[in-house]
Amino acid sequence: MNENFIQINGISKHFGNVKAVDDVSFSIKEGEFFSLLGPSGCGKTTLLRLLAGFEYPTNGNLLIDGSDITALPPDKRPTNMVFQNYAIFPHINVEQNIKFGLRKLGLTDDEIKKRVDDVLALVKLEGYEERFSGQLSGGQRQRVALARALVRQPKVLLLDEPLGALDKKLRDEMQLELRTLQKEIGITFVFVTHDQQEAISMSDRVAVMSEGKIQQLSAPNELYKNPENIFVSDFIGETNFLKASTRSKDGDHINVAIEDLGDFKVKNNLNIPENSSDVVCSVRPESMMISRDKSDWDICLEAKINQTSYLGEMTRFYVEVSGINKVITVSSQHFDNQSFENNTCFISISLEDISLLQKK
Amino acid sequence: MNEKNSSLLIYTLIYFGFLYIPVLFLPIFSFNDANYMSFPLAGFTTDHYEEMWSKRNLHKALWASVKVGVVASVVSTAIALLAAKAFVRYKFRGQNVSYGAIMMPFLIPEIILAVSILIIWINLGFPLGLVPVTIGHILFCTPFAMLILIARIEGFDFSLEEASRDLGENAWGTFYRVSLPLYLPGIIAALLLSFIISFDEFILAFFLSGSDATLPMYMWNQMRFVKKLPHVLALGAVIIVFTTFIVLLAFWLRNVGQGKEKQDIAIKL
Repeated sequence: MNENFIQINGISKHFGNVKAVDDVSFSIKEGEFFSLLGPSGCGKTTLLRLLAGFEYPTNGNLLIDGSDITALPPDKRPTNMVFQNYAIFPHINVEQNIKFGLRKLGLTDDEIKKRVDDVLALVKLEGYEERFSGQLSGGQRQRVALARALVRQPKVLLLDEPLGALDKKLRDEMQLELRTLQKEIGITFVFVTHDQQEAISMSDRVAVMSEGKIQQLSAPNELYKNPENIFVSDFIGETNFLKASTRSKDGDHINVAIEDLGDFKVKNNLNIPENSSDVVCSVRPESMMISRDKSDWDICLEAKINQTSYLGEMTRFYVEVSGINKVITVSSQHFDNQSFENNTCFISISLEDISLLQKK
Repeated sequence: MNEKNSSLLIYTLIYFGFLYIPVLFLPIFSFNDANYMSFPLAGFTTDHYEEMWSKRNLHKALWASVKVGVVASVVSTAIALLAAKAFVRYKFRGQNVSYGAIMMPFLIPEIILAVSILIIWINLGFPLGLVPVTIGHILFCTPFAMLILIARIEGFDFSLEEASRDLGENAWGTFYRVSLPLYLPGIIAALLLSFIISFDEFILAFFLSGSDATLPMYMWNQMRFVKKLPHVLALGAVIIVFTTFIVLLAFWLRNVGQGKEKQDIAIKL
């Protein structure tokens, strides 16, 4: 497997004064399901469009499978794209849509027929050849868009928020299906989304973007467990931030003073310097425990429940810690809003679950 | 509520009456067996139509109008298509100025346009005739054609063009295989309306046609002789029917495809 199948070298894209993509460099592996994740306006779509050839970079160059594609127009690139709105040609039927991109590949009629039949089977659209875009559901259109791109057998498939227009149930199904499909055909997927759950459930690796830069590039579980900065910690899942300042180091741990809570020793994965006041501690809601009685965990705080929201598989508590004017979010699978008398409870935190992060 | 509705109905009737009753007199008198447009009607006849059909000069004028109309509508639609695409698709420096410049012939009095072209044309030493009329009509039709095409292209999803590029077509292939078929109803509507505008146009033809009369010029010339009035009425009636048909066709084409597609999506959603 080629580790540097797609190479993005110092790519910037400026629109006037706006740096949509700001000096980004990384590589995507061959056969990888790679996601670009970030809020709207973070530059993820621009980066995808740079790969497709719909935009040309202000600086930097792009390589796919060893050849420089920076200056190539979209029709000369080994990429194909699934558009956000699918962009199914409305004046021709499904079969003609799928055949659209085969005209210039120099295939015989038999080869074209075989490719079309194979791809229709792959996306489970047999029998829909004669339909027009207006006669298809959102999910079916998405399959046509996928088939139309895959039938060209591109080296890289680019997907621009393809699931955004589908309802939740269908979206969950398509997530699984896309993932299975990608493993089956082995084509490199570059997937753009603003939905963190989608990105972490489908991808081999995820690049989290914000303000035109890569904030973190890692496997999904790493993103969740070991976020490298406040943006990633906040964007992936939910978390509580506690103000803190560092004291002295102790091996791979460091002593911190957490505001209003006292001094603790936590792990220092990011090697944050001593005596810094620009740090925060991040604690995930589900890593904390809520209980009726005091526990023997590293930190145990008495608190008052302000509000609860019942989510089915879990309940989320918004609690105010006694003596501190701060609302903390805790989630629990065991307790619900009926469980506590007078809204008083204890919340417990294990020091192992605290991530120490630096402010920018 | 009811009262309000009936006053609205009366208003509507008056409005359409005012608009169409004078026009209706033309076909009525064209079948009237008399040389004067006056009541009471003198009896039914198709003589005026037969007379119209037998006029050689009329045939010549009709042919002149068709030639001018075809060239003017094709050229102005081509210009308008490129301009409309640019205005809708891209933001560029001088956009508002160039938009205004193209729309100008639509806004300035036609007689000024006619006199300006006349002066330039004569000073350049060219003879009057159908060529300067055609040039004038191109100027005059382009804004109409552009408005129609902008309306069509504005609803266009440009990711379709990107999809075509992505699927291996170059810019020309994309235009031919995706843009053109989808713009086509708008293009035909623009062609038809420009043709009709050119076909009916009088002022530019009056100043620029010289001795090559177009159909409106022919009618104008004939109106000076009382005896020739009836066959002009017949001709007028034919032109009204023809024009109405073309305009309805153009409006139907302008909306075809667009409306249907939206409807289909709405049903699916």
